[in-house]
Amino acid sequence: MKILTLLSLLATHLSASSVNIEENAGQFFSSGHTNNWAVLVCTSRFWFNYRHVANTLSVYRSVKRLGIPDSHIVLMLADDMACNHRNPKPATVFSHKNMELNVYGDDVEVDYRGYEVTVENFLRVLTGRLPPSTPRSKRLLSDDRSNILIYLTGHGGNGFLKFQDSEEISNVELADAFEQMWQKRRYNELLFIIDTCQGASMYERFYSPNLMALASSQVGEDSLSHQPDLAIGVHLMDRYTFYLLEFLEDIHPSSKANMNDLFKVCPKSQCVSTPGHRTDLFLRDPGSALITDFFGSVRKVEITMETINLTEPIQQVEQNFVNEERQKETYSYVDQLPVSEIIHQKPKQKDWHPPDGFILGLWTLILLVFFKTYGMKHLKHIF
Amino acid sequence: MRWEETVVEEATADKEDTSAPETVVQSSVPQPKDDFQEELVIRPLHSGDIYASFQFRTLWETDFMRGNKVSHYRLFPKSLGQVISKFSVRELHISFTQGYWRTMQWGQPFLPSPPGAELWVWFQDSVTDVDGTWKELTNVLSGIFCASLNFIDSTNTVQPSASFKPLGIGNVTDHRFLRYATLPREIVCTENLTPWKKLLPCGSKAGLAVLLKSEKLFHSSFHSQAVHIRPVCQDWQCKTTSWELRQTLNVVFDLHTPGQGKLEWSLFKMFSRTLTEACPLASSSKIYIDITDDPQGEQFEVSPATHLLSQAMVLGDRRTFSVYDLTQQITFGTVRSLNLLIRWKSSEGYIHYQPSKDRVRPHLLEMLVQLPPNSVTEVTVQFERALLKWTEYTPDPNHGFYVGSSVISSLVPSIVAMDTNSTREQPLFSSFFPCKEESSYFMRVYTEPLLVNLPTPDFSMPYNVICLTCTVVAVGYGSLYNLLTRSFQIEEPSPGLAKRIANIIRKMRGVPPL
Repeated sequence: MKILTLLSLLATHLSASSVNIEENAGQFFSSGHTNNWAVLVCTSRFWFNYRHVANTLSVYRSVKRLGIPDSHIVLMLADDMACNHRNPKPATVFSHKNMELNVYGDDVEVDYRGYEVTVENFLRVLTGRLPPSTPRSKRLLSDDRSNILIYLTGHGGNGFLKFQDSEEISNVELADAFEQMWQKRRYNELLFIIDTCQGASMYERFYSPNLMALASSQVGEDSLSHQPDLAIGVHLMDRYTFYLLEFLEDIHPSSKANMNDLFKVCPKSQCVSTPGHRTDLFLRDPGSALITDFFGSVRKVEITMETINLTEPIQQVEQNFVNEERQKETYSYVDQLPVSEIIHQKPKQKDWHPPDGFILGLWTLILLVFFKTYGMKHLKHIF
Repeated sequence: MRWEETVVEEATADKEDTSAPETVVQSSVPQPKDDFQEELVIRPLHSGDIYASFQFRTLWETDFMRGNKVSHYRLFPKSLGQVISKFSVRELHISFTQGYWRTMQWGQPFLPSPPGAELWVWFQDSVTDVDGTWKELTNVLSGIFCASLNFIDSTNTVQPSASFKPLGIGNVTDHRFLRYATLPREIVCTENLTPWKKLLPCGSKAGLAVLLKSEKLFHSSFHSQAVHIRPVCQDWQCKTTSWELRQTLNVVFDLHTPGQGKLEWSLFKMFSRTLTEACPLASSSKIYIDITDDPQGEQFEVSPATHLLSQAMVLGDRRTFSVYDLTQQITFGTVRSLNLLIRWKSSEGYIHYQPSKDRVRPHLLEMLVQLPPNSVTEVTVQFERALLKWTEYTPDPNHGFYVGSSVISSLVPSIVAMDTNSTREQPLFSSFFPCKEESSYFMRVYTEPLLVNLPTPDFSMPYNVICLTCTVVAVGYGSLYNLLTRSFQIEEPSPGLAKRIANIIRKMRGVPPL
């Protein structure tokens, strides 16, 4: 009997706590992020890879339009297409063949450009292990309540992505970088989009929670480019990102479109390749995740009717020293080319450094050989 | 907010030069004065291109080096002020350039700069580890200007010992505190222009900075933007110093860019914008147009016309400028916008060109040119010679081919009056060309002919090929054919004379032969 009552008490207690858990879980499943970051990388160099830069810039443009400021975007472009000497319209990068949309714009901040776009720098940005003198605009200063959007484009293969035709990043490295980010609590949720050939191979190895991934093509398939422009002479954009841009142009900051709509972007009829996605590591239902959770920077605003009294404006600290030092010496400009001074300059004394290892080793060897051949009795001539 | 009101009223107080102090700030201590000036100089160049130079200068009487940290920034940009105080910088010069300055065609620039990025810095003598500070400074600047300045390290940094003396005031010239680096591979694009524009007090919203649109600025032969920070004398006595920040942008627009009218330049054609107002925070906002080469207005005219003129000594040359003052409303006129037009007065010319047709006729180019005095005019024509067929070659093609002389026919002004009466008695050598007017005489000049050495085909080649091919065919095919089709029979050699006689005798006897 006692066991029965105990068991029933236990059962009721458990059911009550499970209701609580469900409520808490409900709160947990709506997005809990407070800030948004974006890392947009174009990994290809050379003029014929114009479309990769246009891809990245069009995502940059959408993300800025929806509210993420430049200070929260890390933009990495491996080559300069806008001011390239082969560009017939300098300072522009177009996404559509009739030159309708200049995705480069007038207000662009590229954080890593040219030779700085390397696998090492990319992984350092993600994991936060940058040298101390790196400026803020080049850092990903995310915390555990940040939603991060990572977009990669370039040339890739089964399990790797090529950086600037000289090195690759593998899917294992990427998965490990994300795990490091998770362990250091550098993201709340992360959306990973990749537009390369065989892009789905890059997200196969992910194992950290709260990751959602989209790719433009499956393993064994190539992602194709959209259309060339005869005036510029190269292909302007890749198909997947072109239709992604078209989809994002319809999104505004208060839009309620969710991830399921994003998965439908660019079906096989338009893309020729089959876009893929992976949501098993994402703890929420993708239908409840809004597009603006990752692409926009929607802040939750609380309106208050309280009044706050402002304090007096800050007064300038009295600069008494200005009055005191009236009798200063007269300054003067320096002679720009003092010929006599230059000629009579003493050459800078080079600091004396003790001989380094190679010279020391060489002399030791010579001495050893000398004494070995002639015996130790010659030492007394020296000492 | 009260804070902003205070600032605006301070600005107007400075302009009107009254001494009515605000009650918020102590009247005995004047606030550090800062001043902003902007100007644009437009110079039409000899080659027909046009050179525009923007300069924005902020002067601030403050001391970054003393103990109390500067916290109130008004016109001076905060990001650069923090760089100066954190890294104890005495002077900073950074420039980003795309293109190479063509001195022969364009003359001298106001502010020269090398292609790529160039950075040179004088540190204060209180800095102990100059190399470490230099490395940190380049990293911070790379973040501010969105450029790859973090690639500056000891492999591309030098300490010049004779040149690059400080351009600002100061006594210390120990070159241990100077660092110079250049990155020739660095490109300039909108991403570098955007943060540069953000350093200006009015941004790109008002004043001359409105003209800085990247699509036009980068579609040019030469583009250079720079930031120069140095301490300067406050006044002629030079007892106090101010910090001066100069932002300069030099651009040369190409005459032959498609879409540009060949003989007319305007602000709208150059920058796709017109001016509507000066920057309200600027104490002076002016446009200077260099009319030294054309003081009487013969070669080009500028509209709308202005009566303000000023002269300045630039690089050892006294130059005259027409001035447009944007702080005065009458400059903008009734249309409330200023679009300067520079129109070249074209001299009538004539060009006739007839392209060649292979084996029918040659090229013909005729030009009527008016040569300016004391100048050198060069005319070059590029043409291609088609390959001849092998029967069309002369027996000695190694000699080369001749291109005939060009002809210059000209009317030369004459000092002495010519004689127009052709029937008068005069020697034969002076009466060939008829003379129509007294002030000039006709002359014809022929240039040197050209002997062009063209690659000669090897005429022995067909013979060599035939010989070789036939030999190969004969030896190879012939022997194979013989091996396959000939059959061999064994034949006994014919016996000697004695044996033959013996065989005849044997045959007569009926005995088998030998």
